[in-house]
Amino acid sequence: MEKRTDKNSYTILFAVVMVVVVGALLAFTASSLKPTITENQRVEKQQNILYAMGINDNDESSAIFISTKKAPEAFKNNITDQLVITIDTNGKIIKTQTRDEYFAETKQEPYLIDVKKQQTNAKQGEPRKLPLFVGQKDGKTLYVAPIYGKGLWNSIWGYVAVDKDMVVQGAYFDHLGETPGLGANIKQRFFMDDFYGEHLLSEAGVFKGITVAKGNADPKNNDKTDNAVDAIAGATITGDGVTAMIKSDLKLYKPYFDTLKNN
Amino acid sequence: MGLLSKKDTKLITDPLADNNPITIQVLGICSALAITAELKASIVMAISVLFVLGIGNVVISLLRNIIPSKIRIIVQLVVVAALVIIVDQVLKAFAYELSKTLSVFVGLIITNCIIMGRFEAFALGNGPWRSFLDGIGNAAGYGVILVIVGFFRELLGSGTLLGFPVLGNPIPGEQTGLYAFGYENNGFMLLSPMALIVIGIIIWIQRSRNKDLIED
Repeated sequence: MEKRTDKNSYTILFAVVMVVVVGALLAFTASSLKPTITENQRVEKQQNILYAMGINDNDESSAIFISTKKAPEAFKNNITDQLVITIDTNGKIIKTQTRDEYFAETKQEPYLIDVKKQQTNAKQGEPRKLPLFVGQKDGKTLYVAPIYGKGLWNSIWGYVAVDKDMVVQGAYFDHLGETPGLGANIKQRFFMDDFYGEHLLSEAGVFKGITVAKGNADPKNNDKTDNAVDAIAGATITGDGVTAMIKSDLKLYKPYFDTLKNN
Repeated sequence: MGLLSKKDTKLITDPLADNNPITIQVLGICSALAITAELKASIVMAISVLFVLGIGNVVISLLRNIIPSKIRIIVQLVVVAALVIIVDQVLKAFAYELSKTLSVFVGLIITNCIIMGRFEAFALGNGPWRSFLDGIGNAAGYGVILVIVGFFRELLGSGTLLGFPVLGNPIPGEQTGLYAFGYENNGFMLLSPMALIVIGIIIWIQRSRNKDLIED
């Protein structure tokens, strides 16, 4: 005799019920948890920006963010302005807005601007909005810029803090799915700390970026003007991704820093 | 024996040694290669699989009499995917830091063939309690190998354990510990092929100690 569960009608009924039940369950979970998750991501962005500025709870060897409770307060106190620079496809500045001007226009905080979306916009020939966070740390004015690119498996991104001469004052990198122990190490202190003090410009003032280089004969990173940091062994493609996103994204800010110099 | 009968105890102990999912059944090799460059990642993965396999086995076992056999693989896949997504979402909401550490593993759990293997081979034909034990046992057997491989790869490849330098400071010019005597990290240990070689050595040791495991 045929088993009840072998019938086609039963199989189809089971599949339908399963899809509805599981679908409803997942939809319910996702929509009920979404506000909490978005809030977590928002605070994390603030922590990232503050981290790049050097406002963090780092101990001797590991990278530790300022706590989630303190982050919003610290963000308010240390970030003096959030500029939004709009550039055309040739990289020419169309306009520069302060946080208040931008907020009045769009009702959105500049630090929530989606860098990936802006990159897509630029590819389609639309103007690109570049957020730039201005902060004060130990009497120095720092400019933090977000960057976004791709590593070996998935997206990588980061925040780089520079002074007005485009010398790096701190960097934070993160990734979605790089290999643990290899590419994932871009968010480790030994890699991020190497960027401190590196020049983004050549001595003549031309934008060169910072290359994540293998065998650059400077493993201790004493030479800060060579536009290179030591790469991670076994993570060539992730390292190349970091090089590429620094080159392509930070270059766009060069015209703005030129205007700072002329003033 | 108290809580567990002899037969039940075997469900847990067997996969730890003589019926290990990795070294004997050769399942779950893909994730064993991908994430064992660091000890911490190995431990996190072992715990995640323990969790998913334990619960998943129970769910499948409870449903075993109503699952149509024609679509049972799809049903298993749906159960495991739904479980993993729910866990991922809950972590993202209430343990954001932890969920960032887990990031890549969550996806890898679904693809782990041990999970589908145990659903198909055990949970579909046994009760929930025994399935639970079988899940825990197999996940533990998988985890043990992962931790052993992770231990050697991180120690010999990076000179650290759980991120702490244990062999001294390797930076040229200021070497301390072993490095002062000219020792160097073996970068090859960090690449996937070495994971396979380490697993091969474990299989070799295991089979030379227990000749019954050798196949003709």
